[in-house]
Amino acid sequence: MTVVIDRTRAGQKKAGPASAAEKARRRGDPGGGLYKPRTPIYPKQVRGPWRNLKWALMIATLAIYYITPWIRWDRPGGLPDQAILVDFAGRRFYLFDLQFWPQEVYFITGLLVMAALALFLASALFGRLWCGYACPQTIWTDLFIQVERLFEGDRNARMRRDASSWSLDKAWRKAGKHLVWLGIAFGTGGAWIFYFHDAPTVLVQFWTGQAPATAYVFCALLTFTTYVFAGTLREQVCTYMCPWPRIQGALIDQDSLQVTYRIDRGEPRGPHKKGASWEGRGGCIDCDQCVVVCPMGIDIRDGAQLECINCGLCADACDEMMDRIDRPRGLIGYDTDKAVAAREAGQAAVYRLVRPRTLFYAAALVLVSGLMLWGLTHRQAFDVHVLRDRNPIAVRLADGSVRNGYTLKIANRSFADADARIRFDGPAGALLKTPAAPVATDGVSARIEANTVRAVRVFVTLPEQAGAGTSLPVAFTVTLPEGAMTVKSTFITDPGARP
Amino acid sequence: MSAPETEKDSGPVPTTGHEWDGIRELDNPLPRWWLWIFYASVVYAIGYWILMPAWPGLTGYTRGVLGKSDRAAVVEQLSELKTLRGQQNARLTQASLQEIESDPTLQAHALAVGQSVFGDNCATCHGVGGTGSKGYANLRDDVWLWGGTLEDIHRTLQYGIRSGHPQARVSQMPAYGKDQILTAAQVADLTEYVVALSGRPANAAAVQRAAPVYAANCVACHGPEGRGDPLQGAPNLTDKEWLYGSGRQDIKAQIHAGRGGVMPAWSGRLDPETVKALAVYVHANAAGQ
Repeated sequence: MTVVIDRTRAGQKKAGPASAAEKARRRGDPGGGLYKPRTPIYPKQVRGPWRNLKWALMIATLAIYYITPWIRWDRPGGLPDQAILVDFAGRRFYLFDLQFWPQEVYFITGLLVMAALALFLASALFGRLWCGYACPQTIWTDLFIQVERLFEGDRNARMRRDASSWSLDKAWRKAGKHLVWLGIAFGTGGAWIFYFHDAPTVLVQFWTGQAPATAYVFCALLTFTTYVFAGTLREQVCTYMCPWPRIQGALIDQDSLQVTYRIDRGEPRGPHKKGASWEGRGGCIDCDQCVVVCPMGIDIRDGAQLECINCGLCADACDEMMDRIDRPRGLIGYDTDKAVAAREAGQAAVYRLVRPRTLFYAAALVLVSGLMLWGLTHRQAFDVHVLRDRNPIAVRLADGSVRNGYTLKIANRSFADADARIRFDGPAGALLKTPAAPVATDGVSARIEANTVRAVRVFVTLPEQAGAGTSLPVAFTVTLPEGAMTVKSTFITDPGARP
Repeated sequence: MSAPETEKDSGPVPTTGHEWDGIRELDNPLPRWWLWIFYASVVYAIGYWILMPAWPGLTGYTRGVLGKSDRAAVVEQLSELKTLRGQQNARLTQASLQEIESDPTLQAHALAVGQSVFGDNCATCHGVGGTGSKGYANLRDDVWLWGGTLEDIHRTLQYGIRSGHPQARVSQMPAYGKDQILTAAQVADLTEYVVALSGRPANAAAVQRAAPVYAANCVACHGPEGRGDPLQGAPNLTDKEWLYGSGRQDIKAQIHAGRGGVMPAWSGRLDPETVKALAVYVHANAAGQ
């Protein structure tokens, strides 16, 4: 069922534009240009539970980002002792006790699928939680806005100063702000490279000019993007550059909790004189507090919209105002379109968090997580592959017997050396040999050093015999500390004519 | 259907005055970001002309103040590569062939070096897979004219066969027919004898006639039973491997003309450690005799 909510309410529409963005749009360029000039946004400081949650999450996520590369983890041998390290040069991803090789990239794929499904589920349940609270763009923009407030004051002071002509006071405040921004941006870009090199080493190397060129390039790149994205582009990144807001529409439905202006309580809105009656009118007094605190520069009373990141700051601002005029809180809060529509129609609001959509997302998430967990717990430290020689596919020997060559690739992903015993199962009479060892019937041994792949060349020789097919199945069983692994291949009995 | 152009469509933007079939071209200004990139490119180009080789002249080209040269860069990279490989190559130089083959790390390095060098230098005659062809030895089987141990292969690689090197392996199959050492009939009989040696049915009368000829001319190198001698590079005539072909015509042609191929000496062309790596590679691919 689709509930259509007519938010315009014909006949009660205000004469003026509804939001700051709308005002700017009407004020803006008369036309002809291809680009809409950015409307400056001066978000006002706000206090309340959602703001506090955002502070807490900002501290937590930034702490995770900056501290993670410095966690040490003891590993044997000359291996890096960084708990989480993406070692591109060594082609390893170290994660505490685990080390992943490039061949196991499917774990990363699984992780990304899990992240996507978790986003789907969170969006279907609670709207754009990621956008409002956890996205790096939101976190860093929030931080940059706070720095801006420290130097230039809150909304009104900033607007006044921006409108005023240049003065020493304005100049040092602007310069100081940009300097601190650049500092934070450099800290962001600088911390990034610690994930890809041993952090204490690269920290010293960075300042002595000995770090790899990629470290400087990525540090500069992330310094630049942080400074530009969080300092000047801000909400435009979300509105114009990010695909996520566009995907939201497909993930959110009438039952999703979102930051909502409860029109059933608020309308008809209008200024309210102290002591006047509240009869026959809504709770919204048109104080515009929800608009001035919005970091995206929108009016939540226009309903759910592309730009809204669901950060809840307007709810905090509205609650504060409601307290001041002694009205109940919650004119703006997390609510569903359906509940608002139901209350408007005089019915009881029904909240359905459990519905086919959320069930499906949850089931998919559980399934993928389960597969990942199963994969991780059943992951083996050893891996065996067999590559049969293709040129030549077979060689005829002086006595007429036929020899086939194979390369066994034995990977040891553990942190200890291991001895492998290679046995061969195939046609009767066939013999196994490696170059450095004599012919053996009971198999050959090879030492596989820790954290390496060893390519073991083996040759199988089959005496000339009548009636044998041209392609015979063979198998190599490699016995390792974790158990035996068998890989299958074929034995070609006909080398063909020599050219 | 399209409506006629109105002021609403073109707005206040002027046209260039060009018109094709009623389509007029609007004269919109270039986007500012595009213009800035364009100006930046111009500035960059001027800097580039000064710093880098850029302008061709009649007798040469402008060198640029940075003195950049791709050729010099390649030389530098090659010397860097040599330093990088130096440690492993030093181990190759010191270790014996057997040590290289039995040490996994060293063997892996030797095989990698060997594979690349084989592709560059040996594959032309012996084939990419090393299986050779008529007149070019198959390096993957167990038949070795001059021996198939690591040392034998190493020596052949170093000094070559009939290469002109003082230490080269040299053997000469006489051209019995061409040089008229034997008559055409004797060559034909000898062919039957060799066919018989390799265990195939042959003309018994011819074999009998050829027996004294074989004893007089061939035994010295190929032995009384035709098993050959790796010390002299004389092939075994009883096996199934024939360098110049196993058919009667092939055998007869070989007795007539006594062909012998040339394997170049590599000791002067490749580093000693590279030749060592190559020996290990060839030996490993033949399953290591």
